[in-house]
Amino acid sequence: MTQLFELFLMFFKIGAFTFGGGYAMLPLIQEEVASRGLMSVEELANFVGISESTPGPFAVNIATYVGLHSVGVLGSVFATLGVVLPSFIIILIVAHFFEKFKTNRIVKGIMSGLRPAVVGLLAAAVVTMGKSVFFKDGPVLDLKLLLGAAIFGLTLFLSLKKKHPILLILLSAALGMAGMYIIQG
Amino acid sequence: MNKKLDLFITFFRIGAFTFGGGYAMVPLIKSEAADKKGWISGEDMLDIIAIAESTPGPIAINSATFVGYKTAGVLGSACATLGVVLPSFLIIALLGALLDKFKDLKPVAYAFFGIRAGVLALIIKALISMFKKCPKPTLKQLKTKEDSFIKYLYKALPYILMALSFCLVALIGVKSLWALLLAAAIGLSSYLAMEGGNGK
Repeated sequence: MTQLFELFLMFFKIGAFTFGGGYAMLPLIQEEVASRGLMSVEELANFVGISESTPGPFAVNIATYVGLHSVGVLGSVFATLGVVLPSFIIILIVAHFFEKFKTNRIVKGIMSGLRPAVVGLLAAAVVTMGKSVFFKDGPVLDLKLLLGAAIFGLTLFLSLKKKHPILLILLSAALGMAGMYIIQG
Repeated sequence: MNKKLDLFITFFRIGAFTFGGGYAMVPLIKSEAADKKGWISGEDMLDIIAIAESTPGPIAINSATFVGYKTAGVLGSACATLGVVLPSFLIIALLGALLDKFKDLKPVAYAFFGIRAGVLALIIKALISMFKKCPKPTLKQLKTKEDSFIKYLYKALPYILMALSFCLVALIGVKSLWALLLAAAIGLSSYLAMEGGNGK
């Protein structure tokens, strides 16, 4: 019971404090989930790959998965409810007072601070995730690192060329499988 | 058809067919809720995006709640939100169980090695587009002087906050939540202090 409530609370907090949606949530999720030992950074990266290839918002996907992973089906219900509820409540209020909200100086001021901060936080999350992807076993230069770097570079290049994410996930999976079989058998 | 049921079904479809989440959903929401059903106008859609940007939470949830409320009140917003959430919930509940079972198999573990490297690239792509979308002065504007140092600081504030939040979290290990609250406080106080003269 306490575990369910904890999951709910944790995702409520994540839902309430991430502006911008999508990967803006990643830094907070990474912190919360890793600090409680619910999921490693590596598992989280795996899951982002799954989430990119399945429909629906990232926040719902990750809440469902963490809940399932740590408690079970009931856990995923509580986690999802938690991540959805803050936006639900806030939008109900805002929809009512929309004209005032749009021009409110306090809202504008807060947003002028939050927007750049979210960019900085995501950059910090990228550093953590990059370390876990490339230097999991410490900074060793081996074939595995080169393979990872090659897949990373190719995917970045293709995604800047606006290729579809699902295609890129499939491609990295295929390259990872082929490359690792060649290197490690 | 019952309006609430219609809301549920329409948003279920939107939730089931948008991959990647975020703004990928906007065109589909517009074509379904505005063009086809006439629940909201095209202008409402722009409002929704503006609200979604200044309220927490995923844009899919924000817009489902907003459209549902405009169409059928609080119960309508509950139906629409449930509809947009349910597809991903069901799919992940199913896939998650499979993933936990098979992730240690050699080919699966190898594939995920590649996927992690690819995912990192996709997140960096998202970071680049978030950086571009964030309101900030251009480099040229940044080079021109202001009449006072304070004014210049205010102009450069977006860059300062980006760097500050990155350093706090990546180098010092401050929790993201505190960095966000600090940035909100700095943003609010500087906005109120600097934009005080020319406004209501």
